Amino acid sequence: MSALPEFLGTKNGQRATVGGVLLVAALFPLAFDSLATQLDVAIFVLAYVMMALGLNIVVGFAGLLDLGYVAFYAIGAYTIGWLASDHFTGVGGDEGIHVAASNFVSSIPGIHLNFFLVLIAAMIIAAVLGAFIGLPTLRLRGDYIAIVTLAFGEIIGRIALNGDEITFGDYQLTNGQQAISPVDQPYLPGADYEFDSAFNLRPYYWAGLILLCFTLFVNFRLRDSRLGRAWIALREDEVAAASMGVPLVRTKLLAYAAGAALGGIAGGFLGSYNNAINSNQFQFSFSIFVLAMVILGGMGSIWGVTAGAVALAVIDRYLIPEVLDDLPSSFGLDFQLTQLSFGIFGFLLVLIMVLRPEGLFPERRRKIELTEGVGTDESVFEVKA
Amino acid sequence: MTPLLEATTVSKIFGGLVAVNDVTFDIPRKSIVSIIGPNGAGKTTFFNMLTGLYRPTTGTIAFDGTDITDMRPDRILASGVARTFQNIRLFATMSARENVMVGQHARMSGGLFGSIIRTPKVRAEEKRVHETAAEKLELVGLARKQFDQTAINLSYGDQRRVEIARALASDPQLLLLDEPTAGMNPQESARLTQFIQHLRDEHGLTILLIEHDMKVVMNVSERITVLDHGEKIAEGAPVDVRTDERVIEAYLGKSTT
Repeated sequence: MSALPEFLGTKNGQRATVGGVLLVAALFPLAFDSLATQLDVAIFVLAYVMMALGLNIVVGFAGLLDLGYVAFYAIGAYTIGWLASDHFTGVGGDEGIHVAASNFVSSIPGIHLNFFLVLIAAMIIAAVLGAFIGLPTLRLRGDYIAIVTLAFGEIIGRIALNGDEITFGDYQLTNGQQAISPVDQPYLPGADYEFDSAFNLRPYYWAGLILLCFTLFVNFRLRDSRLGRAWIALREDEVAAASMGVPLVRTKLLAYAAGAALGGIAGGFLGSYNNAINSNQFQFSFSIFVLAMVILGGMGSIWGVTAGAVALAVIDRYLIPEVLDDLPSSFGLDFQLTQLSFGIFGFLLVLIMVLRPEGLFPERRRKIELTEGVGTDESVFEVKA
Repeated sequence: MTPLLEATTVSKIFGGLVAVNDVTFDIPRKSIVSIIGPNGAGKTTFFNMLTGLYRPTTGTIAFDGTDITDMRPDRILASGVARTFQNIRLFATMSARENVMVGQHARMSGGLFGSIIRTPKVRAEEKRVHETAAEKLELVGLARKQFDQTAINLSYGDQRRVEIARALASDPQLLLLDEPTAGMNPQESARLTQFIQHLRDEHGLTILLIEHDMKVVMNVSERITVLDHGEKIAEGAPVDVRTDERVIEAYLGKSTT
């Protein structure tokens, strides 16, 4: 009987488990209708997990409490809005600019880069912005980082909202609440296949799954690298890390940039799937939502964060709006459960903090840090003798 | 031959407090030099200036002919000055080996993309660093079975060992040890004294020591500098310093007769 748990503990066992989970995840859409609600939910889940894993690099690995992560969702989404829609109608004359676009899209004016090229652009732009937002936090620690990043998240959100007033030439920056829409669907030039979310959600799901695998891969590789060790060293003792040769500025900015890049990809993917980039999507509460996934799962623990993100995303996109929404009315109460969703998340978070403060699947180090109270908040700029 | 490290008229003032006052100091190559002085004499402040954690208020510090006065701590380490801390500062949740691997950070080149793709070069580098870490831990005498033990679970003496191994891993020319025998019993101190000499004789390191244990200091040092209230009050061979009136006064108080 003990053979199975033992096998799961070995390296091959873990590989088999991951392989099994991936296989189930890959076959999942076949169990449902091609336009099923479950598929729609699953696509959001994939995107949210990617964002949580991106934030995990910043918060979980490097210990930089980032409350403005929504900024990278916004940047990723707007990148696809700008580079794969008719937003800049007149650019490139009547023809527009098309790179590896489908036949259908080729007839529309504006800038139309292939979805996958846009994702790369989104990654780069988000990474640069991430490092830029990181700059003013370099001398700060803990809560103060949270305040500065929160402000940046708000600034990006406000710019998105009021971007219809920011114009250059004939073009608005963001369209504000009017939304940039429609957005080009992903297109595979080699196979001459264009996604169509109006008929079939499965390709989106599989694309999301591949992007998620990439995100997971990046997380694992970074964790077990020179950079990953430097992040942990910084998180635990900035003074000792600097004295042992870890360059603070560079190492912190790389954490911000790497986290932001993954957020940018997820944002681009979700922007394309939503088919509309609306400034309403980029609220402060979303930053908290993603952070809650990281904390719920266990900061720094890759599988923990994945599980936390899946749990919260399913609750947010499926359980509350689809399954339990009418629950209050069955008790004779006059409201919908969706109106309470943030209250429910808050309650869950408090519950976790009381019962299991290290998260559902804590990382070994974080557990030691919490229970032994190790680590120091001393910064290199305020060393005591 | 020029000294390995030269501090010229270095002062550090915190608000109204003069922690280090106009100290000029050098470390000859391949020597073992000690700084002693009563508590609060400015020894660790001086150390912090040498390693870039503090910027001197006035004065300059040169290492191996290069001015390091305004250099960042990580750059100073990369140029060849490594240190340990008075109150051990290991990365508590990392294993002994991982701690020593961080010490080699400046000697590695793997970046963001290299780490993600894990190029053959990065792979080879990781392997090398892994092995070097074991070598250094062996050198400081940590038991092999402790290599993968979490730092916080190591005994006090072993933590000191790992900290020295971490500093050595950066392949320094100059090793600064801040009270390395604090909390050690006489046997352990004696062994450390031998080890310090071994590092100098066999590995060609230059060593600067802050130390309270007079037995260690007198045995191991070729030259002793005495600080009191931030000022250098004596400097010389152990025999001379031991009999210096101002030193005795600083440690024991002024005779009233």
